[in-house]
Amino acid sequence: MMRVAPLAQCAQLEWPSVTKTANDGHGMPRRWFLRALTAFCALSFALGVAPAAAQLTIEITGAGEKRLPIAIVPLAGEGVLPARISSIVRADLERSGLFRGVEVPAIVPHPTEASNVNYAEWRARLADALVVGSVAARPDGKFEVRFRLFDVVKQAAIGGVAYTLSRSQVRATAHRIADYVYEKLTGEKGVFATKIAYVLKRGKIFELQIADADGAGGFFVLRSNEPILSPVWSPEGSRLAYVSFEQKKPIVYVHSLLDGRRRVAANFKGSNSAPAWAPDGNTLAVSLSRQGGSQIYLVNPDGSNVRRLTRTSAIDTEPRFSPDGQFLYFTSDRGGSPQLYRMPVAGGEAQRITFEGAYNVSPRISPDGKHLAFIHRNSGRFQTALLDLETRQMQILTDSARDESPSFAPNGRMILLATVIGGRGVLTAVSADGRVKQRLSVSAGDVREPAWGPFIK
Amino acid sequence: MRAIWIAVLCTMLAACASTSEQDPAGVEDRKPGAEARGADGTGPGSVDLTGKPGGSPLTDPSSILSKRSIFYDYDRYDIKPEFRPQVEAHAKYLRENRTMKMLIQGNTDERGGREYNIALGQRRADGVKRMLILLGALENQVEAVSLGEEKPRAQGSSEAAFSQNRRSDILYQGEY
Repeated sequence: MMRVAPLAQCAQLEWPSVTKTANDGHGMPRRWFLRALTAFCALSFALGVAPAAAQLTIEITGAGEKRLPIAIVPLAGEGVLPARISSIVRADLERSGLFRGVEVPAIVPHPTEASNVNYAEWRARLADALVVGSVAARPDGKFEVRFRLFDVVKQAAIGGVAYTLSRSQVRATAHRIADYVYEKLTGEKGVFATKIAYVLKRGKIFELQIADADGAGGFFVLRSNEPILSPVWSPEGSRLAYVSFEQKKPIVYVHSLLDGRRRVAANFKGSNSAPAWAPDGNTLAVSLSRQGGSQIYLVNPDGSNVRRLTRTSAIDTEPRFSPDGQFLYFTSDRGGSPQLYRMPVAGGEAQRITFEGAYNVSPRISPDGKHLAFIHRNSGRFQTALLDLETRQMQILTDSARDESPSFAPNGRMILLATVIGGRGVLTAVSADGRVKQRLSVSAGDVREPAWGPFIK
Repeated sequence: MRAIWIAVLCTMLAACASTSEQDPAGVEDRKPGAEARGADGTGPGSVDLTGKPGGSPLTDPSSILSKRSIFYDYDRYDIKPEFRPQVEAHAKYLRENRTMKMLIQGNTDERGGREYNIALGQRRADGVKRMLILLGALENQVEAVSLGEEKPRAQGSSEAAFSQNRRSDILYQGEY
């Protein structure tokens, strides 16, 4: 659920300060977990209860076949906080498609992270993992949250963390706890504490919004009467580049999320679009038509140092840097139909990547550089496909008709994308194996152009 | 009959707007010895300024210069023969008004990727610009941009809507 109509043009991102306690134990063997699970996932969209004018709601349309049973005991004293941390953690983990929350009875006395664990009792409740913890108010008005994660099967503590937080950081803290549990039990980083950006169109108003990965806490960073498209996060997550039509033509801007300051990155004669960040955050690749046609250029985020990269009479657009920054993947119709190509950033020959079908656009490289997600036209339907760059095997991940703008979660497990269902623009997320599916929609508007933000440092 | 007077008026206005060459386009239909007085209350000396704000041929509905949209077939970028006179007229206007600047906005229907559609719309706008320049407009008078699928004229997902949305629009300085 998401609140719209925020008050500020730009809100500062806030994160709770973290004090890790030095009691990290040994993680469960990764094999144990991977055996239990066949599906991937990560994204979770909250089913929150906040009232809002336009609510983002989540529908889970597919989940992993086997899910790890985990008991998350309400944290002792968490009632003093505006939201229940244990509920948010459980919701995060469950919507990942990898976990199943085990019902927890009222236990007296209420266990805390310091309590002795009765493993036999939790085993009898069929829980494989257990989270217990506590919340305490501090004299300075802040709160301290402590929790510990246990492997019930092996009867061992896995680890725990203590966080100091203010009242406004409850959700962020819960997402961090969920990330901790996810990483300890799956062996890979969670993305519950990350952010997503997307464009919401309501009536004639366009808003570039940012929300938590679970869709909660949405606010706009730009509101306009003209279209906004192609938002992309800078690698460190403090800036968004995007295309705005506010000057009656596409112009690329870089928007600081810390102070709302906007800089024009590309406003040349003709169209300026399709920004992509280099991994170092110091260069943007863009598509410009300043010399006719649509060609790929590199430019500094402040608009300086423009240099042309492609030199064709065809369409060259939608550049994306490889994770090592050495290559650009892009869309080109130089072969007669739009297909995906790869070329060295330093310049040189482009190599064609896609051969199946007559329309493949919007390349997005996975964080590990091994897969390419893109939009593939399949019998007149535009669907999200995934190409294994090593085996060259292509898999179609969705059965929808109007997919657009795929975006990898920073851990590579889920792909967020825009599609149209019932005439309305919605976001959906699909796992890289196609099994886990979720849908995010707003009752009174079109959601589109999603971009999943980077890991929070 | 009315058409004749409109054509005459159009020519007069064009003459006012331009001090250079005159083109009697549209006057050739005029029949010598036509009735001095039309049934609609006009005569050879009548001037009707209603419905012609500012008197500019750019907005005069009877002037071809008021036609600002060029429509395309699916996946096509070429200017169809029926739109050539329109582009030729705008080229002439730009030739005769060297300080006038023009923005051409290329558009696509909603099918396909948004960014790729920006590129496709650009190809349409570039095509119009190229023809204008071949016909004597100057590079610095014309900017070709694309709005992709973002500014549809017709809503909906029917072919009727799509055909309205596959177009280039011509805007003159002050109109954008």
